[in-house]
Amino acid sequence: VNFDDYKGIWVFIEIKDRVIAPVSLELLGAGKQLADKRGVDLAGVIIGDGVKQYASTVFEYGADKVYVYDQPIFKLYRTESFMRALLECCQKYKPEVILYGATTTGKDLASAIATDLPTGLTADTTILDIEEDTGLLLASRPAFGGNIMATILCKKYRPQMATVRPKVMKACEPELGRSGQLIEESIDLEEKNIRTKVLEIVRETTKRVGIDEADIVVAGGKGLGNQDGFQLIHKLADVLGGAVGASRDVVEAGWIEHHHQVGQTGLTVTPKIYFAIGISGAIQHMVGMQNSGLIIAINKDPDAPIFQTCHYGIVGDAFQVLPLLIEEFTQAITLVKEALALQSTPIEAPENSSVEEGIEADVDIEVEGEVRHG
Amino acid sequence: MLLHIVACIKQVPDTKIIKMNPKTNTMDRASAPAILNPYDAHAVEEAVRLKKRYGGTVSVLTMGPPPAVKAIRKCIEIGADEGYMISDRAFAGADTLATSYALTKALEKISKIRPIDLVICGKMTIDGDTGQVGPGIARRLDIPPLTSVKKIVEINAEEGFAIVHRKLEDGYEVIRSTIPCLLSVEKEINEVPYSPLPNLIKAARYAPHIWAVSDLEDIDKTQLGLKGSPTIVSKVWAPQKPQGGTMIEGTLSEQVQQLLEVLFEKKELFQEKGGA
Repeated sequence: VNFDDYKGIWVFIEIKDRVIAPVSLELLGAGKQLADKRGVDLAGVIIGDGVKQYASTVFEYGADKVYVYDQPIFKLYRTESFMRALLECCQKYKPEVILYGATTTGKDLASAIATDLPTGLTADTTILDIEEDTGLLLASRPAFGGNIMATILCKKYRPQMATVRPKVMKACEPELGRSGQLIEESIDLEEKNIRTKVLEIVRETTKRVGIDEADIVVAGGKGLGNQDGFQLIHKLADVLGGAVGASRDVVEAGWIEHHHQVGQTGLTVTPKIYFAIGISGAIQHMVGMQNSGLIIAINKDPDAPIFQTCHYGIVGDAFQVLPLLIEEFTQAITLVKEALALQSTPIEAPENSSVEEGIEADVDIEVEGEVRHG
Repeated sequence: MLLHIVACIKQVPDTKIIKMNPKTNTMDRASAPAILNPYDAHAVEEAVRLKKRYGGTVSVLTMGPPPAVKAIRKCIEIGADEGYMISDRAFAGADTLATSYALTKALEKISKIRPIDLVICGKMTIDGDTGQVGPGIARRLDIPPLTSVKKIVEINAEEGFAIVHRKLEDGYEVIRSTIPCLLSVEKEINEVPYSPLPNLIKAARYAPHIWAVSDLEDIDKTQLGLKGSPTIVSKVWAPQKPQGGTMIEGTLSEQVQQLLEVLFEKKELFQEKGGA
């Protein structure tokens, strides 16, 4: 492989319900930084039916080029059809990096393409960087079930690919009217040659507020003891008007459903207030909530890592703190509502510290096999 | 027509309880037992349910060191009929691409013993957390990959199709695919019940078919293990410890009062939704 043939940072633009998925815009922001560092173009790839119109937005969010496959066969996402288009585009224009949102679609597509190219693919990346001179992508992610961070490289293959967690990267401010080069492509693909058909799409719109949209998330962990203890989390969330979150342990123990899980294999949330109650704060959990506006931790163990990441911490027994907090809050809220009628100046939360910089350590060869396959 | 379903499984360290060596940032293996990847248990269970519904055979396949036989026995307990294991130092250090290559070669060999109708995998492993191996196998076998499957509606071997529900962020899609195809399944697809006694007895005595690289046909050794892996781990590191937050001290009631003050700095949030 001649690496000099591979130039440019690409972002797969996911269109969902006629809207560009937020993660795609975030990746344009992250991709822009990589492209600037390398002195190359940033491009978006759009595949769909009636999707050419989205190119202008992609330019406004920082892309220099947009590749579009706009054909009826791409009306609904299917691995086989989308893969053919992106694969062909990739072989024709040879990017050095392709980024995908770590969504159901992004992960599905990236896994398939990585095999066909073939190339390396890093899953659920949370930190991206690139070496200016070599163009080597440094993709970091929680590893070993989220117990540690690992930086993954793909030295001998191009393009380098990564799926990136939603809500981790930041989109640029759109520059209205910004434009770029639109490259319209099409592929010769017949419906009869595609082996899968989408028969129906069912939207499950339940009344629940998605925890990834809530302003306040009250999350509980194993420290609540059992499913009954976890009811305190529901109660506090109720009085605060927040959504209920949970650690991986709690979901795996079956106390609550998976769509409440915060963390690497759950959702990433950025509420204005995040309560971590009885949650020790494993890395895999932190990556899902560390960008919250105000983090409040309550834990019995004074050495719990969560106290390093929170803004305010209470070392204490949740079974004592929560009932009192619920009671006092309920009383106080009436007074506060009256006060609100008089003034309503929002006060900014302190800057949250993040995990961007790390302490290096040696890797032994034993570790290498373990991080990855699966 | 009887089905032959092959579940691809992996033995993993239980990452929930594993301890890390804070000096070297490596896993302390002795601190965690090796278990069948929890997602794979659901894949095997689903295969066993399909066998009960349509008739046929459930095989399981794994790649791993010799002790991984234990994970195969666990699958026999769940109700699998046959177990295959590929085990060779040449496979060591494989990333997802090299893993899917090795497993595909084994699947090709299994399909000569008995043609395969369905390959089924767990959504991902708990130690790798990638979910990339399943789709990789499907591409190599040139069969449709169906990821995030939360329900199997129908497998119709006579007419050669499967209908499944694929979980989406806000619902699901009903998808029809030709078979053979590969399904990677969500945890919610089933509950894995306690295994019946006869299965436990069979599992305890079960010896799987074990193949080395030399037992696989038409294999390109440069695509195996560490050598065949495009990705490498350049470093592992513990995130820098942030400075830490303000600890709220005092008696219980003082602590709660202070916490309320902190909360009410954001009182605008409670305007609409707050209150009892």
